[in-house]
Amino acid sequence: MNIAVCIKQVPDTTEVRINPETNTLIRDGVASIINPFDTYAIEEALCLRERFGGKVIVLTMGPPQAEAALRETISLGVDEVVLLSDRAFAGSDTLATSYALAQGIRKIGDVDLILCGKQAIDGDTAQVGPGISVWLDIPQVTYVKKIEELREEQEKKMFRVQRMTEEGYDVLDVPLPCLLTVVKEINEPRLPSLKGMMRAKKAEVLKWTAADIGCEDQKIGLDGSPTQVKKIFSPPARPGGEILCGEPAEIAAKLKQYLKGVN
Amino acid sequence: MAVEVIQEKCVGCGMCLRACPFGAIELENNIAVIKDKCVACGACIESCKFDAIIMRKHEQVNEPEDNFQDVWVFAEQKDGEIQPVVFELLGEGRKLADKRGQKLAAVLLGEKVKDRCQELFERGADKVYLLESAELKQYRDEPYSRAMVKLIREYKPEIVLTGATTIGRSLIPRVAVELKTGLTADCTALDIDEENGLLLQTRPAFGGNIMATIICPHQRPQMATVRHKVMKEAQPQPGRQGEIIEVKCKDPAICGLTRIVNVVREAEETVNITEADIIVSGGRGVGSPEKFEMVEKLAQAVGGAVGASRAAVDSGWISYSHQVGQTGKTVCPKIYFACGISGQIQHLVGMQSADVIIAINKDPDAPIFKMATYGIVGDLFEVIPALIKEFEKK
Repeated sequence: MNIAVCIKQVPDTTEVRINPETNTLIRDGVASIINPFDTYAIEEALCLRERFGGKVIVLTMGPPQAEAALRETISLGVDEVVLLSDRAFAGSDTLATSYALAQGIRKIGDVDLILCGKQAIDGDTAQVGPGISVWLDIPQVTYVKKIEELREEQEKKMFRVQRMTEEGYDVLDVPLPCLLTVVKEINEPRLPSLKGMMRAKKAEVLKWTAADIGCEDQKIGLDGSPTQVKKIFSPPARPGGEILCGEPAEIAAKLKQYLKGVN
Repeated sequence: MAVEVIQEKCVGCGMCLRACPFGAIELENNIAVIKDKCVACGACIESCKFDAIIMRKHEQVNEPEDNFQDVWVFAEQKDGEIQPVVFELLGEGRKLADKRGQKLAAVLLGEKVKDRCQELFERGADKVYLLESAELKQYRDEPYSRAMVKLIREYKPEIVLTGATTIGRSLIPRVAVELKTGLTADCTALDIDEENGLLLQTRPAFGGNIMATIICPHQRPQMATVRHKVMKEAQPQPGRQGEIIEVKCKDPAICGLTRIVNVVREAEETVNITEADIIVSGGRGVGSPEKFEMVEKLAQAVGGAVGASRAAVDSGWISYSHQVGQTGKTVCPKIYFACGISGQIQHLVGMQSADVIIAINKDPDAPIFKMATYGIVGDLFEVIPALIKEFEKK
């Protein structure tokens, strides 16, 4: 089973702060990490490879620096990595990004399963995964919390998976090839091995441009992106709070009084 | 469209580097150079005192067709129950439709759901597009997205709003890509630009550290998912009438490859924390699974749902579906109790839009107090029992 995993290199949002004077993000010294949700997709791909054989290919679209994120995945045991990097991709929104990734997967060719994290922590859109499945015209299941088994019915292979819902979960059968986006609950990502880290240093990172994967110009970058950022601003600050003092019983009575009008 | 630097005018002052929220500008040979990370937001243009940065628009811009009109709301239903977020969308959609001088419509997909139309009219819909099919009995991505695409192609709405729920966020990205139009996720504010009539879609990014207003100038419809509990529900107007537009569609035209085997409702999760008006969350400071029961008791006393920080979930005190924060759920209750939660940014991004935040922690320097409306510095095991006692009083 050949599995493609799409990842994104993101700023560690826990370190991103706003400079209150200039009203902009302070990015100095902010580390780049693999989007945390994508680490679960990588882990799931590696587990499936252990069960069914095949190979795991990780791809990302991003600036040349994103190579570091790809090398990190090699240290976890991924077989091949692909970097889609081209100035022409700059400014891509989720429509253009999902198109480019779908083109990259087409070029890889023989892929049975595509895994993505449920969303990236910088944009939080959760749109690129479903987008890829539409460009490739394959079924999707989002918010997968468990892959139960690989089944075969009338010579068709399908996964039985659990999709998390607000009330519990749905159990779904989805035929291959398909795209799944996964949530944190699905597994516990492994740590890189020493051998993996050695391999990561030397491994080749395939680098493909927009032309290499046959992208049409008007579908990528700013031209291929229907949405535009009109304005960026700081969220309104929360009004200052009040520290309640006194004996626990007094505090409780005071708080109950304060909350009366709220609910 | 692209941002460009007029090299002759640039003096290399570096103001634009600081203004760029995306870190997309660098100085090379003392001249600003726009790098790949640029999303053409234009923040640098305003910052440049020398008018050295311009926005170059492409010459052939496809103006949107003007025959798209009306505001649509996706009427998400589960087992025939219209979901509460739909009423919020109708409330907001009403305002947008009025500003545009257009009609507000709901799209209702399902099997035998026609009797729900009246409820949608009473909450402000002028029309309901109704598509009934056995394929649409339970939500599945493919049949639902195909049905939506069919309706949008046929009836051409200008704006389509969907709740940012599990279903909404699975369905609508497929529809947007199929239609090759723009979609903005998880909006917390919507408005109409008075100058050009465009939908202004505001959403948090970078875990809520910045807000961005997004537009979709050239493609139609303009589509957005809207965060639950941020906008006001439309109040019911009993007896209000509207028009039902029944759309016929043969089942095979929308059928999909995935199959539902089972729908499991976990008894323990009967309270969905994203729906709750009051949430009582416990964190590392609670200390043990036995003591976590105290948090649950407080939740019961105040009539709220139980939440948890990642530390509490990772310690196995409570299941993941209760986790609030970056890798858990984003919640927006009226009242949020944070008990023994220090306030790591990963937790804060999941609950910072609560109306009232009450923090209980023994460390007066815990970051949670910066967010709190009411802070209580003290021992959880003295404060929480006192709160339980107080709130249990009639």
